[in-house]
Amino acid sequence: MKILVTLGNVPDTTTKARFADGDTHLDMTGVQWIINPWDELALTRAMELKEDAANPVDHVTVVTVGTQEAEPTIRKALAIGADDAIRVNAEAKDAWFTAQQIAAAVKDQDFDLILTGIESSDYNGAAVGGMVAELLDLTSISAVSGVELNGNEITLHRDIDGGSETVQADLPLVAIVQKGIAKEPRIPAMRGIMMARKKPLQVVDPVEADALTSYNHFELPQPKPPCKMIDPEHVEELVSLLQNEAKVI
Amino acid sequence: MEKTKPIQGGEFIVRDVDPSDVFIPEEFDEEQKMIAQTCQDFLDTEVMSNLDDIDNQKDGLMRSLLEKAGELGLLGLSLPEKFGGFEQSFTTSMLANEIMGAGHSYAVAYSCHTGIGSLPILYYGNEEQKEKYLPKLATGEWAGAYCLTEPGAGSDANNGKTKATLSEDGKHYILNGQKMWITNAGFADVFTVFAKIDNDRVLSAFIVERTFPGITFNPEEKKMGIKGSSTRQIFFNDCKVPVENLLGGRGQGFRIALTILHMGRIKLGSNVLGAAKLSINRSVSYANERKQFGSLISSFGAIKYKLAEQVIKTFTTESAVYRASKNVDEAIEQNMQNDTCTKEQATATAFAQYAVEAAILKVYGSEALDYVVDESLQIYGGMGFSAEMPVERGYRDSRINRIFEGTNEINRLLVIDTLMKRGSRHFYDLFGEAQKTWDNLDELIDNPSTEEDNYSRYRAFINNVKKLSMLLIKAASDKYQRKLVYEQELLNNLSDIIMNLYVGESTLLRVMKLEQMKGSEATALYRDILDVYLYGVSQLVRANGIEAVDAMGDFPENAKVKKAIKVLCDLDGINTHAARRRIADKLIEENGYTF
Ligand SMILES: Cc1cc2nc3c(=O)[nH]c(=O)nc-3n(C[C@H](O)[C@H](O)[C@H](O)COP(=O)(O)OP(=O)(O)OC[C@H]3O[C@@H](n4cnc5c(N)ncnc54)[C@H](O)[C@@H]3O)c2cc1C
Repeated sequence: MKILVTLGNVPDTTTKARFADGDTHLDMTGVQWIINPWDELALTRAMELKEDAANPVDHVTVVTVGTQEAEPTIRKALAIGADDAIRVNAEAKDAWFTAQQIAAAVKDQDFDLILTGIESSDYNGAAVGGMVAELLDLTSISAVSGVELNGNEITLHRDIDGGSETVQADLPLVAIVQKGIAKEPRIPAMRGIMMARKKPLQVVDPVEADALTSYNHFELPQPKPPCKMIDPEHVEELVSLLQNEAKVI
Repeated sequence: MEKTKPIQGGEFIVRDVDPSDVFIPEEFDEEQKMIAQTCQDFLDTEVMSNLDDIDNQKDGLMRSLLEKAGELGLLGLSLPEKFGGFEQSFTTSMLANEIMGAGHSYAVAYSCHTGIGSLPILYYGNEEQKEKYLPKLATGEWAGAYCLTEPGAGSDANNGKTKATLSEDGKHYILNGQKMWITNAGFADVFTVFAKIDNDRVLSAFIVERTFPGITFNPEEKKMGIKGSSTRQIFFNDCKVPVENLLGGRGQGFRIALTILHMGRIKLGSNVLGAAKLSINRSVSYANERKQFGSLISSFGAIKYKLAEQVIKTFTTESAVYRASKNVDEAIEQNMQNDTCTKEQATATAFAQYAVEAAILKVYGSEALDYVVDESLQIYGGMGFSAEMPVERGYRDSRINRIFEGTNEINRLLVIDTLMKRGSRHFYDLFGEAQKTWDNLDELIDNPSTEEDNYSRYRAFINNVKKLSMLLIKAASDKYQRKLVYEQELLNNLSDIIMNLYVGESTLLRVMKLEQMKGSEATALYRDILDVYLYGVSQLVRANGIEAVDAMGDFPENAKVKKAIKVLCDLDGINTHAARRRIADKLIEENGYTF
C-alpha cells in the first residue's frame, strides 16, 4: 500500500509578515521555511501507519509544488521518514494551480491513500485537498482527526460540532486532515538526516495550468490598543466602557 | 607578511588572511541547518518548558533528557559511525553546541557528556575501551563525566593528590583521593579520572565506572546558577580500577587533560552563542512591550545602545567561533595526510594546534555573554531582578562560564604564553616578524596608512594592530626575558589586544565575505557592526598599549613605540551612535536576533 502526503512549504509561524509591490505580495526575503504544520502532522501519521506492522503500508511519498527553495523542507520530510519525494518545479500560485500540479504529478502512481493538511498556515485557503480529490476522481473526506487502516478499509474520525463522527470508507481516498491526526510532529533524528541525503527526490516540470485567483491587496490587523486597567471598586466604569466604547454588551 | 597555506593555530598574529580563507556561519549547508533545527526542536519541546523542574533537579529528569537527545542521535555527533555515532565535522558539532547552549543547565549537562565526558575515550582509548564505552555514550544509555579538579588542584590542575597504585596481583589500580566540582556526577556512569601512579610527578588517566567498588559521592553542591546541572564531590577509597582501564598510557594524563581543555574551551565559545541570542530575544521583546513616559523603552537611545552592543558582542563572537571551528576541521584533515595518524589523533593534535584561538574564544565568549545577560536584566528593570523572570536565570547561569574550562585569568595568560611558545617553536616566524617591524619603526610612524575605502582602511588597521602586538611582545620579552611570567598585568594587556585583534579580524573578514556574497545593500547593518566594533578595538588597543609601555618604563625606543601606538591605532571619524541605533532598530523591528 502506498501513501502520498502533500507538503506545503510555508514561512515559519513566527515570521513577521511584510508586503511588497504595493501590498500585493508577501515579501519573502529572509523568511525561514517550514513544513506546513498540518501536513507535518499528516506525515507523522503516515509514518505511524507505515511503522505499525499490522498495516500493509510499504511506501510513503511526499509531493510539493515549489521552487528549489522548497528543497530543505522536502529533505526534512525525507529525514522524518518519507521514502521518496516529488517536487513540481513551480511557484505555488494558488490552490487551483497547486492542485492541478499535484494531480498531474501523481495521477499514474496509484496511491492508495492521499493525506493532505486541511489548510496551509500561510494563506489558509483550505482548498487544495478537495480539488486534488476531484481532479483524481477520488473520494475525499475532510476535517479528519484520526485515521486507522484495516486491510483495504479505512476508518476515519471527524470532529463535528459538539461531537465526533466515525466514517468507514474504501481506498483509494483523499483524507483532508486537521490537528489531532497525530500527537506531535516528529523531530528528524540524525540517522534520518543522514539517510535523507540518499533518498530519491524527483523534480518534475509543471503542467500547463492557470491560476484562478490573484492577490490584490494585503493588510495587517490593527495593532492591539493598550489594555485599560479599572479599579475593582469601579464596576460601573467597566460596564460603561464595555457598553459605549467596546460596544460588546 | 608571509603567505603560505594552510594557516597554523596562532599564526594570525603574523599573517595576512583573506575573506576567502575563512568560513562564515552564512555558509552552513542544508544538512548542517537541518541538524541545527533538530537541536532547536528538541530544545523547544523537551527542555525549555521544563526549566524549573530541571533547576529543581527533579529525579531522573536530566538523565532522561540526555537519553532523549541520544535517541535523536545528538549525543553521537562527534563519534565514529562504527560506535553508533555520526562522524560530523567539528564545525557541525559546534553548531549543535550553539543551539543547545540556550538550554541553561541542560546545556552544561549536554556539553559535559558529549565533550569532556566522552571525548577522552574517543581520542585516547584503545579499541577495546572504545568498543566498550563509546556505543553506550552515543545513545545516552550511559552518561559521562570528567574528574580533574581537586580541593588543592584547580587552576593548578597538575597538583592533584589522587593516587593510583598497582594491586599486588597486578590486575587493578587502587585509586585513593578526592575530586570536586564534577559536572554530571549525580548520574554519570563513566568517569575519566586523573591520578598519579605511585610516585609519578605527572598525571595518568583512568576510565572509572560508577559501580566500581570504593566510590562515594557528596550531596549536590548548592550553586548560584546552572542549578539543574549536577555537581558533586567524589571520593575514591581503595577504588579498584581494572588495569585495562588505564587511558592512553602511564603519564599521559596531563596531555589528555590539556587536549580536552582546549576542546572544551573552543566549545564553550559556541555554547555562549546560543545563550546570548536567547537573552537578546528576551531583552528586545520586553523592550518592545514595556512603556515608560508614554513611550516604549525600546525607543530610548540608552536602551538601543544596550541592544546594539548585545548584538555586536554576539555577532563578533560568532564570527570568531566559526572561523576557528573550520580551521580546526582543516587542521584535522591536514594532520590526517600524515598516514600513520588516526582521525582521533589528528583531531586531538588539531585542538592543541588551536590552543591560542581556543583560549581567546573561551575568554571573549564568556565575557560577551556576561555583558549580554547583565544588560538583558537591566533592560527588564525591577522585573529583571524578579526570580520569576527568565533573564534572572540567564544572568545566574552565565557566570560559571568565566570560571570553568580554566578561569579567564588562566586563559588570558594562555593566549599570550601559547602564542609566544608556538612562535619560539617556529610554527610561524613571530620573533623574526617582530624584529622586522622593530627595524621599520620609523617608517611605520612616518607613513600612516591613508586608505580611503573602509575595508582597506580596516585591513590596514588590523595589520597595524598585528605589528603593534609584535612590537609589544618583543619589548616585553626583551625586557623581562624569563621573568615575563611574573608580569601578569602586562601579559593581560597583551592578551586583551590579541583577543580583540583576532575577533576584530574575524568580523572584518566575515563582513567582507558577506558583502561578496550578498552585495553592498544587504550588508549595510553588518558594516555598522564592524564599524562600532573596530572603533572599540582601536580604543582598547590604544589604552592597553599605552598602559603596557608606561608600565614597562624605560626600554629602547619607548617613545617611538608609544608614538606608533597612537599613529597606528587611530580609527577616528566613525559615528558609532548612529550605527548602534540602526543595529538596534533592526533588532527592534524584527523583535528578535536575525543577524
Ligand atoms: C559548576 C562547576 C562545574 C565544574 N565542572 C568540572 C568538571 O566537570 N570537571 C572538573 O575537573 N572540574 C570542574 N570544575 C572545576 C573548575 O574547572 C575549576 O573550578 C576551575 O578550574 C578553577 O579552579 P579553582 O576553583 O580551584 O580556583 P582557583 O584555581 O583556586 O582560582 C582562584 C582564583 O585565582 C586565580 N588564579 C589561580 N591561579 C592563577 C594564576 N597562576 N595566575 C593568576 N590568577 C590565578 C583564578 O583565576 C581565580 O580567579 C567545575 C567548577 C564549577 C564551579
